[in-house]
Amino acid sequence: MIEARGLTKDYGKKRAVDGLSFTVQPGVVTGFLGPNGSGKSTTMRLILGLDAPTDGDVTVNGRHYREHAAPLHEVGALLEARSVHTGRSAYNHLFALAQTHGIPKRRVLELIDLVGLHEVARKRSGQFSLGMGQRLGIAQALLGDPKTVMLDEPGNGLDPEGIHWVRNLLKGLAAEGRTVFVSSHLMSEMALTADHLIVIGRGKLIADTSVDDFVSRASQKVVVVRSPELERLRTELRGPGITFADAERGALEVHGLTAEQVGDAAAGAGITLHELTPQQASLEEAFMNLTQDELEFAAEIEEAAA
Amino acid sequence: MSAISPNVRLPRLDVTGRVAFHRVLLSEWTKLRSVRSTKWSLGAGFLLTIAFPVIFAFATRSHWGSMSPSDRAGRHPLDIALAGVNVAQLAIAVLGVLLISAEYSTGSIRSTFTAVPKRLPVLWAKLLDYAVVSFALVLPAVLVSFFATQAILTSIPQLQISFSQPGVARAVICGAVYVMLVGIFALAIGAIVRNTAGGIAAFAAIFFVLPPLMFTLPTSWNNAISQYLPSEAGRQIFALDHAPHTLTPLTGGLVFAAYCGAAILIAAVLLVLRDV
Repeated sequence: MIEARGLTKDYGKKRAVDGLSFTVQPGVVTGFLGPNGSGKSTTMRLILGLDAPTDGDVTVNGRHYREHAAPLHEVGALLEARSVHTGRSAYNHLFALAQTHGIPKRRVLELIDLVGLHEVARKRSGQFSLGMGQRLGIAQALLGDPKTVMLDEPGNGLDPEGIHWVRNLLKGLAAEGRTVFVSSHLMSEMALTADHLIVIGRGKLIADTSVDDFVSRASQKVVVVRSPELERLRTELRGPGITFADAERGALEVHGLTAEQVGDAAAGAGITLHELTPQQASLEEAFMNLTQDELEFAAEIEEAAA
Repeated sequence: MSAISPNVRLPRLDVTGRVAFHRVLLSEWTKLRSVRSTKWSLGAGFLLTIAFPVIFAFATRSHWGSMSPSDRAGRHPLDIALAGVNVAQLAIAVLGVLLISAEYSTGSIRSTFTAVPKRLPVLWAKLLDYAVVSFALVLPAVLVSFFATQAILTSIPQLQISFSQPGVARAVICGAVYVMLVGIFALAIGAIVRNTAGGIAAFAAIFFVLPPLMFTLPTSWNNAISQYLPSEAGRQIFALDHAPHTLTPLTGGLVFAAYCGAAILIAAVLLVLRDV
């Protein structure tokens, strides 16, 4: 379990994380979502005590990370930024970390096998591809059999097979009752992996909700209609806040009304409908809609400053 | 690269331990021995400590016949035996800086402090590991150097000196102590500066630029100040004769140790306070 309360971090004059409060529950995969530069990695560094918060507080499994006697058994983390000495082999990197907790050699070998690195484990990790580096990072995160697993953009550099593997692994870890917290800037990846979402933009909390709620909340009212009398229907539906767009195959996209409202209006005017389809926004669109305001606001400020 | 294991269940870990200092010490030892720069720097330190005096001794022997009495008087057997210390200290200092600065440049410091979030044990472990390694390496080197140069110089009675003569054993052993302290000082500098080039530059400024700069001061000032510089104070522990305007071996050693202590203290405070 990860609990953040009013977590805030300034770097100089720039506020990277702004009053974040959230709880990451065990037993489910929680996606940590936000555009690049929205403060995800900073939040993770604050959770691990690598950076000290300017204000607010964050605990893992009930304590500040720094106060845990055996932190690798509490939290396993994959950080986005490289965190391996390029001149050291994967084996020695993991073994040195394991030694701090008295974790035996065979555990290191077990994890090297698990992530499929045993043929290159003795090579200098500076020669690793991005994907191999990511696998090493995942092995590092799982080394201590941690109660909480926290991965920053684990899909980076992995091939589709690797991404699929990580997805199954994370679901398995959550099913075992662990806390799983995964960041991504890709909504589609989260849609397949996460049960719960924490969405941030420019360091602020935008949403803390289940994936399903997130979509329905962020979906705008959009209905696609087809009718032989589209022009008359358009006149009937016209009103404040309602806009139209041409859809495929001569259909009309109505923004601002529900399917029920469109259907009732058509029936009232005696207009035949050939299709009446409510459109659910994809996760990607929902994400864009939610973060759009934040980005526009930022653009305005930057323009004003320029 | 082999395929990822299809088994995506994480095997359980049947042993659980907690972070303890002796474990951090072992971990830092693994890190120390598992990069190439360690072997190169330590190898260079060892060889220079022996090779430099041996060359010096051969050169002295071959020119002895043509040297003036004042030149001869300027040659001291212990200076010849420990001539390598001045050179070896550079290799040991560079590695001292690297042991911590490379963690920052490669980002591995984030892994290190995730495993040991209290941070200070990492600094103590690095210092202790490196002190032991550098001393264990340089001590045999200065001993070999002493006896090798004495063997080369057997034909010159004026340059013979006995290991049992007062102060000689102390000076030879303290040659290794000095190099060890230089390594500690450099490691602390590396922890403060957190950057390889900056750390080495800072060390070079203190040890190689500051002392000659003192000669631009009025002589009385230079005489008063220079003896308290880290390099000048430190080298007294392996000097046999007590020259004017220098500290005694004991005082010099204590002054240099105090500099090391101060650098370590600053490094420790910054290590806890700064973001990684």
